[in-house]
Amino acid sequence: MINFNAVYALLLREAKIFLREKERIISILISPLLFLFVMGKGMAEGQSPVPGFTYQQYIFPGIMAMVILFTSITYGLYIIWDKRLDFLKEVLAAPISRATLFFGKSLGGMLGALIETLLLLVIGAFFILPQNPLQVLLCLLAAFPISYMITNMGLTIGARMKSMEGFGLVMSFLTWPLFFFSGALFDLAGAAPYIKVISLFDPVTYCVDLFRIIMLGKGYFTLWTDLGAIALFCLITTALGVAAFGKLQQEK
Amino acid sequence: MAAIKTDNLVKRYAEVTAVAGVSLEIPEGEVFGLLGPNGAGKTTLISMLSTLVHPTSGTALVAGRDINKEPLAVRRNIGIVFQEPSVDDLLTARENLYLHSMLYGMPRREIGPKIDQMLALVKLSDRAESLVKTFSGGMRRRLEIARGLIHSPKILFLDEPTLGLDPASRKAVWTHIRELKEAHNTTIILTTHYMEEADSLADRIAIINRGKIIELDTPEALKRKVGQDLVFIKGELDEAAVRALPFVKSVEKENSRFKISIEDSGANLQALLNAGGKIDEVEVRRVTLDDVFLKFAGQQITDDADEKAEGIFERIAVNHSTRR
Repeated sequence: MINFNAVYALLLREAKIFLREKERIISILISPLLFLFVMGKGMAEGQSPVPGFTYQQYIFPGIMAMVILFTSITYGLYIIWDKRLDFLKEVLAAPISRATLFFGKSLGGMLGALIETLLLLVIGAFFILPQNPLQVLLCLLAAFPISYMITNMGLTIGARMKSMEGFGLVMSFLTWPLFFFSGALFDLAGAAPYIKVISLFDPVTYCVDLFRIIMLGKGYFTLWTDLGAIALFCLITTALGVAAFGKLQQEK
Repeated sequence: MAAIKTDNLVKRYAEVTAVAGVSLEIPEGEVFGLLGPNGAGKTTLISMLSTLVHPTSGTALVAGRDINKEPLAVRRNIGIVFQEPSVDDLLTARENLYLHSMLYGMPRREIGPKIDQMLALVKLSDRAESLVKTFSGGMRRRLEIARGLIHSPKILFLDEPTLGLDPASRKAVWTHIRELKEAHNTTIILTTHYMEEADSLADRIAIINRGKIIELDTPEALKRKVGQDLVFIKGELDEAAVRALPFVKSVEKENSRFKISIEDSGANLQALLNAGGKIDEVEVRRVTLDDVFLKFAGQQITDDADEKAEGIFERIAVNHSTRR
């Protein structure tokens, strides 16, 4: 069903393109860095819900999740460009299953997100929150399923969208709400009840929480709740994504 | 064995029937030309045969495999060169071919040498490591043809392969196509707007309009249906006398002149002019595929245009009545 040579080839394409667009790698990091250094420092008086950390240090795990969220969703939506540029046609005509194509694409998205995560982790480790090697390793490991799940969401939406005009809508109505309701910038324990309820359905909530457990040693949920929720969202988004790719037809 | 055999293929979209029942058989090693006006259903037909679009009904065997039941097996045996370029701008020529070879499951050891061979064939060896976005239209086309061929397909689909190319590049593409047929006995399905192209390349030509094949024959036989030669005459032609001549196939009034289709102008022109009455101007030429195309597809194009115009007027009329 899945042709691993083809997955490797597709992944290689994504890697080459990603590494050739150095401006994109940097530009994706701009807004997270603004949050981290302007908001994090600007609210220097703000209380950190976890004792022993500054507010800037407290939001750092949330900003890690933010980088993955924005990189992965944007990457997923980019297949609209593939459709426009007719590159997708060549791949749709190849003797590979749609599941193969989907996994090649989602691994490509993961790769991009991992590079961004690593960059931010290094910047953060130097300037904000020193990390030991084990923590760095665990963060990167956590980034795998998280970026996979969010890339899948982007690909699923991108496969169904007809034009790039919907891009702004997805960012406004999906990406930013996912980010804000995840509790990346505050402690869910002290949030208004409606935020608490909505955040339970936000996959990013568990990602932020997982990063907090790794980097701060304390989260809102237990480790197993986070891992379980992320695993569940990975399964759901895989099913949705493969189905959406199955329906992809050559555009006229 | 036939390379392609279709059985009453139909594709209906919400508003239009793009392909309205096509049954044909294409033997191995043939260059088959598909001609038709825009929107006639050429691309849809090719898309169904290459398993990119599911037929509404009917089926086809491509390289002996059923397009509905074994699409991946069909794909492994065919190559496609699309109407719009689909090479990846952000990769180099070599990377494009590498990606394609991997997707088509070629053994890894063979890929490198095969890429060099194909790049040499389309004369792009010196640009192998350049990004495709730096390529001209003709170079992209050639790269795309190399890509369609690299996995040695039994059947090659070329959808308008020379669209937008300058005459020199077009001739180069034609030469490649002929070489393919001769060297590898590749079956080639070609759609084109250029009659000259179809005439010089295709063994057989199907004229398709409104999703149906309206004529299918060799280029020579199609031309013979229109007549061998065309004589254009300006002046006061004695139509009745001309029509009575045994070698005259048809007489039509075209603007200010008469278009007369005759057999063998070398032997019969003098007789025609003698019978024609007072003649001011004469022009004689061989029948080309353009004439064939206009005869079989042209009338229907005019009909379509009329229908559309009516449609618009009706819509305007409806709008007016609702507004009141």
